[in-house]
Amino acid sequence: MNDFAGAGARFVNIGERTNVTGSAKFKKLILSDDYDAAVTVARDQVEAGAQIIDVNMDEALLDGEKAMATFLKRIAAEPDIARVPVMIDSSKWSVIEAGLQCVSGKPIVNSISLKEGEGLFLKAARKVRDYGAAVVVMAFDETGQADTKERKVEICERAYKLLVADGFPPEDIIFDPNVFAVATGIDEHRRYALDFIEATREIRERCPHVHISGGLSNLSFSFRGNEPVRRAMHSVFLYHAIPAGMDMGIVNAGQLDVYDQIDPELREACEDVILDRRDDATERLIVLAERFRGTDAAEEKKAAEWRGWPVDQRLAHALVKGIDAHIVEDTEEARQAFARPIEVIEGPLMDGMNVVGDLFGSGKMFLPQVVKSARVMKRAVAHLLPFIEAEKEKSGSTQGKGRVVMATVKGDVHDIGKNIVGVVLQCNGFEVIDLGVMVSWQDILKAANDNSADMIGLSGLITPSLDEMVTVAGEMERAAMTMPLLIGGATTSKVHTALRIDPAYQGPVIHVLDASRAVGVASSLVSDTQRVPLVEATADDYDKIRKARERSGHSELATLADARANAFPYDPSGKAPAPQFPGLHHFGEWPLKDLKASIDWTPFFRAWELAGTYPAILDDPVVGESARSLFKDAQAMLDQIIAERWVTPKGTVGLWRCRREGDDVLILAGNDWTRVPFLRQQVKKREGRPNMCLADFIDPDGEDWIGGFAVGIHGMEPHLERFKQTVDDYDDILFKALGDRLAESFAEVLHAHVRNKLWDYADEHLSNAELIREHYQGIRPAPGYPACPDHSLKPILFEMLGGAPGEVSLTENFAMLPTSAVSGFYFGHRESQYFGVARIGQDQLQEYAGRRDIEVDVATRWLRPNLD
Amino acid sequence: MSAALDLRAAAAQRVLVKDGAYGTLIQGENLKEEDFRGDLSLGHDQRGNNDLLNLTRPDVIRKIAERFVASGVDILATNTFNANRISQADYGAEALVQDINRAAARIIRKVAEEAGAKNGKIWVAGAIGPTNKTLSLSPDVNDPGYREVTFEEVKTVYREQIDALVEGGVDFVLIETVFDTLNCKAAIMAALEAEVALGRELPIMISMTLTDLSGRNLSGHTVEGFWATVRHARPLTIGLNCSFGAAQLRPHLAALSQKAETLIMAYPNAGLPNELGCYDEAAEETAAQVREWLEEGLVNIVGGCCGTTPAHIAAIANVTEGAAPRRVPNAPTSTLLSGLEPMVIAA
Repeated sequence: MNDFAGAGARFVNIGERTNVTGSAKFKKLILSDDYDAAVTVARDQVEAGAQIIDVNMDEALLDGEKAMATFLKRIAAEPDIARVPVMIDSSKWSVIEAGLQCVSGKPIVNSISLKEGEGLFLKAARKVRDYGAAVVVMAFDETGQADTKERKVEICERAYKLLVADGFPPEDIIFDPNVFAVATGIDEHRRYALDFIEATREIRERCPHVHISGGLSNLSFSFRGNEPVRRAMHSVFLYHAIPAGMDMGIVNAGQLDVYDQIDPELREACEDVILDRRDDATERLIVLAERFRGTDAAEEKKAAEWRGWPVDQRLAHALVKGIDAHIVEDTEEARQAFARPIEVIEGPLMDGMNVVGDLFGSGKMFLPQVVKSARVMKRAVAHLLPFIEAEKEKSGSTQGKGRVVMATVKGDVHDIGKNIVGVVLQCNGFEVIDLGVMVSWQDILKAANDNSADMIGLSGLITPSLDEMVTVAGEMERAAMTMPLLIGGATTSKVHTALRIDPAYQGPVIHVLDASRAVGVASSLVSDTQRVPLVEATADDYDKIRKARERSGHSELATLADARANAFPYDPSGKAPAPQFPGLHHFGEWPLKDLKASIDWTPFFRAWELAGTYPAILDDPVVGESARSLFKDAQAMLDQIIAERWVTPKGTVGLWRCRREGDDVLILAGNDWTRVPFLRQQVKKREGRPNMCLADFIDPDGEDWIGGFAVGIHGMEPHLERFKQTVDDYDDILFKALGDRLAESFAEVLHAHVRNKLWDYADEHLSNAELIREHYQGIRPAPGYPACPDHSLKPILFEMLGGAPGEVSLTENFAMLPTSAVSGFYFGHRESQYFGVARIGQDQLQEYAGRRDIEVDVATRWLRPNLD
Repeated sequence: MSAALDLRAAAAQRVLVKDGAYGTLIQGENLKEEDFRGDLSLGHDQRGNNDLLNLTRPDVIRKIAERFVASGVDILATNTFNANRISQADYGAEALVQDINRAAARIIRKVAEEAGAKNGKIWVAGAIGPTNKTLSLSPDVNDPGYREVTFEEVKTVYREQIDALVEGGVDFVLIETVFDTLNCKAAIMAALEAEVALGRELPIMISMTLTDLSGRNLSGHTVEGFWATVRHARPLTIGLNCSFGAAQLRPHLAALSQKAETLIMAYPNAGLPNELGCYDEAAEETAAQVREWLEEGLVNIVGGCCGTTPAHIAAIANVTEGAAPRRVPNAPTSTLLSGLEPMVIAA
C-alpha cells in the first residue's frame, strides 16, 4: 500500500466505521465518552484493510467540533492507526476546521460543494488548500443535488474549472457524483447507479487528474437488513464503476464479496438493477432477495412464537403490539372461522381494540402505539369490507358509537393533530368523516347534515383560523343546527372558545385540549346519561370565564405614546456590520442529510402528546419505552427520506438595506422601498422593563440591515398519497411530523449559514445542542408568532423575497404551502431577542391600520388575538 | 525580478551556499549576562537568550554574518531561531518579540546589501524555529488527547514573528528544524495569510529535522510523508537540517530529492556530537561528505547547522565550485496524501 514509488492503489477503501451517522456502535462509544474503545474501532478498521479512515461526528447530541478534535488527537497517538490518512467528514465547516487543526498529515476534507454559490465554494476551497488537504467535492449546485448523468457531469466540470483556475491542484480534487438508492420501486430511481457509472467515465475524461469517490451504503438502502444482498449489490456496482474510473469509495472494508463468488443468479439480478437492464429488474431482485436473507433465524423464531397461538389471540396481539405483518392472513383466517365477516370486527378485533383503549385510557399506552394499533385495525377492516358489502349487511351494524365530521378550517393546512384525534376516535368505535384541510364552512355544514353527524370537530394551527372557527360557529347558528361543536388545535384555547366561539352558537361548544381528552368528550356527547351533565358543566365553566374576564378587566395598557417613550434602548455598539453577501440567495435543494443533526426533537414528541424533553424523554420511566419506539421508527423513516430523497428542502434568503421610521422599518428590496410596520407592547411594564417592538433592534440614526427568509419541504404529497392507499395513518402522521421538524431544522441551519457566511457577523462554533437552544446572536421572528403577530405581513415578506421564496406559497389566510414551511425576518443586533407583543390598544390598532394601509376592521380581524 | 525567481535562476546554474549556525559562534564570544541584557529591564536571567543579542549586541551578530559572507555564502539566515512568543516566554521577553525580529532582519539585510554590492547577490532568509511546544504530542502520558497549545495559538505566534521579519526586510521565511509537522502546518498557514495581507509573494523555505536514524521526525512522519503534508505551501526549498551529520542524512535526502519538485536545501550538523556534546568534525570532513551529495546530484543549496563554523562553510563553498546542481524533477500528477506515511493514488 505504501509503495511510494509504485503505481499506487487502484481502488482505495475508505473505512466507514468511525462515523457516528453510519455506525450505531461507534456513536454509542462517542456519546458515552469512551474514546479508548472508539480508538479500537479505528484500529480494527485499519487492520481490516481500510487505507483511509473516514471520521464523522455529525450527531445532534454531540459537540461536533470537540468530538472531532478529541478523536483525531487520540488516534494521532497511535502509530498503527495514524500511519494512514484521515478523511474529515462533516456537513459543518466548523467541524471540518476543528479537525484540520488536529491532523498532522495530509487529510481529505469531505465535503464542499457549489450549493451555496461560487463565492463560498472558492472561499472554502482556499482554506482547505491552506490547511494542506485534498477535498471531496459533491455534485451539488445552487439548484440542487445532481441525479442525472448530465447534471453530475455539468456540475463537476464547472467546479473543476473554478478550482483549477483558482490554483487548486487538480490531483487534490475528488468528485463525489452521488450514489443514490436503486431498486426503490420509484421509476426515476432506476437509472441512478448507471448514471453514476456513466458520469464517472465522462468526468474522468473531462477533468484530468481528478478522482471519483462515493458512499456505497446508500445504493442498497432498500435492502437494509439483508446483508448478503447488500454486499452483492456493492460488489457488482464496484465491478462496473471501477473500470469507469471510480477509484475511491466509502465502504465497509471487511464486507465486500468477490464478484466471481457471488451466486450467479443473485449476481445477474443485481446487475439487472444496477445497469437498468430490465423493466422488472427491481421486482425480480426483491423476490430473489428473500432467499438470501440472513442467518439470524434464531431471533426470528423467537419473535415468531406468538404466530402459533389461536387466531383470536393472534389478532389481539397484533393490535396491541401494532404488528401489521400478518394481519391480512390472520383476518382472513378469522373470517373463514366465523359465520359472518362482521363478527370478526365485533368479536376479536373490537376485543383487541378495547384492550388498546383501556391501556391508553389508563395511561399505560401512548399515542404512537395507539396509532400503530389503529393502522393494524384499519387494514383488517379494509380486508373485511368487500365481504361485508357482498353480504349486503349494511343494516346499520357498522354504525359504531357515533359519527364525527372533522376538518381543518379554511385557510389552514395543518392536520397532524386532527389526524391523531381522528385515529383515536376510530379506535374507540367512532365513525370519522375526515374532510381534510382548507375546508370551507359550507362544506363542513353540508357534510355534517348529509351524514347526520353526531358532532363536528374543527382544527387549526395558525391564529387566523381562530376567526374562521367563529365563522363556522356563526353559520351553524344561522342554519339552526344543534349538534355539538368540538374545537381543537395548537392556537385554540379554552378562553378563546369561551369568549368568542361559544357565544356565536347556541348548541354545545367544547374545547378539547388534546387527543386523550377527545374520546371522553365524544363518548359523553353520544351518551344518554352523560351528555346533559357535560354540556351544562361546560357552558357553566365558559360563562364563569367570561364573567371573570369582565370583572378583572385586562391588565392595564399604556398609551402608544407612553409605550414608545419606554422603548427598548438602542445600543449602537451591538449593531451587526453590513452583510458580506447582500441581496437574494436561492437554495434550490439543501442537502437533507445536513438537516438531520440539528433537528429539535422535543416538539416532535410533543406532537405525539408525549411530554418531556429530548433526550431525557427516552429514559422517562413513564413514556420512555413509547418514546424510544417512536424515535426508532422516526429515525428509520428519516434515514429513508434522506437516502431515497423523498423530499426537497428549498429556501430563499434576502439581506437588505433598511432604515427605521418610528416603529416601521423601510426596507430596500430590489429597487423599491417597502414599509414593514411592527407592533409594540402596550401592557404596562414594571419599572425598568421596556415596551418592546422589533423595530427597536434597528438603528434609529442611520442605515442598517435586515433580512428575511422562507423555507419549505417539498415533495411530500406522493408519499402521503401512498400512505393513504395503504391505510397507514401511523406513517402519515410520522412523515408529516418529520416534515415539520425538517423545515424547522432547515430554518435553524440556514440561520447559522446567514450569521456565519452570508451576513457574516458571527464566528460561531456551536454544537447542535447549542444551536437548538439558540445560543447565538440574532433572531428570526416569524409573522404570526408572538413578536410579530400579524400573519398578513407574510405576503409583504414574500414579495420582497421574490414572490415565492423557497417555492412556498400562501393561502388566503396566510398559511404556507407546503405545510412544512417556515418564514421570518432576520435581526442581527446583539441585543435582539424574542418577546410577545400581547394585548394592544385601540390607539395602536388605528395607527397600525394606517401604517399598513388597510381598513381598521381588516386589521381588527388579523390582530384579533391581540385585541381581546 | 522577484527574489524567488532570482534564486531559482541562480540555482539552475550552480549549487548555492547557505550560512552556518549562529549559536556555535555566539558561544565562542563568551558573552556575559550584561551583554545579553543590555539596558533592557527584564526580570529573568537573559544569559543564553541568543535572539536578544539582535537588540543588545547587534555588533556581535553583524560580525558573525560578515564572517559567513567572507566564507562565500549566497544565503544568510537571521538570528531568530527562538524569537517567538512561546520560546521567549522562558526569558520573560515576550513583549520584545517584534523588536527582536525587526532588528535581526535589518542587521542581516544591511550586511547582505553591503556585501552584495561587492560580490553579487545575497538573499536573506528569516529563520523561524519550531518553538518548544508541540501540537502533535501530549506532554501528559496519562492523557493522550491533551495538548499544551492550540493550532490557532501557534499560528498566531508564527504570524507575529513573520510579520516582524518581513517588516525588517527578509526575502524568504525559513521554517526550520521542523520536529512537529503540525507546528509546521500552522507556520505555513501563518505565512500564507501574511502573504495575502502583504499583497505580494512571500516565498517559504521548509526544513525538517529527523529524530532517529530510521528517518522520522518527532511527530512520526517519514521524509516522504512530510513532503506530502507540506507540499501545498509550494515551498521555494524543501530539505533537512540539524539531526545528524551529512553522512547519516544522505539516504533520507536521496528519498526526498527524488520526489520533491522544488529546490532541495540541506544543512547538516558538523557530524555527530562527541561524549561532551561538542561537535568535532573537521571542516574538510564535513565538506567531503557534502561532496558525495553533490556527486549524486541530491541538492541545490547546502550549508551548516550545529557545530559548523565559517571554516566549515568555506570548505563546503569550496566543494560546490563547479559542481552540477540537482535537476528539479517534474511535478507528478498523482495524488499525494499522508498519515505518518505517504499514500499515493495514481492519476
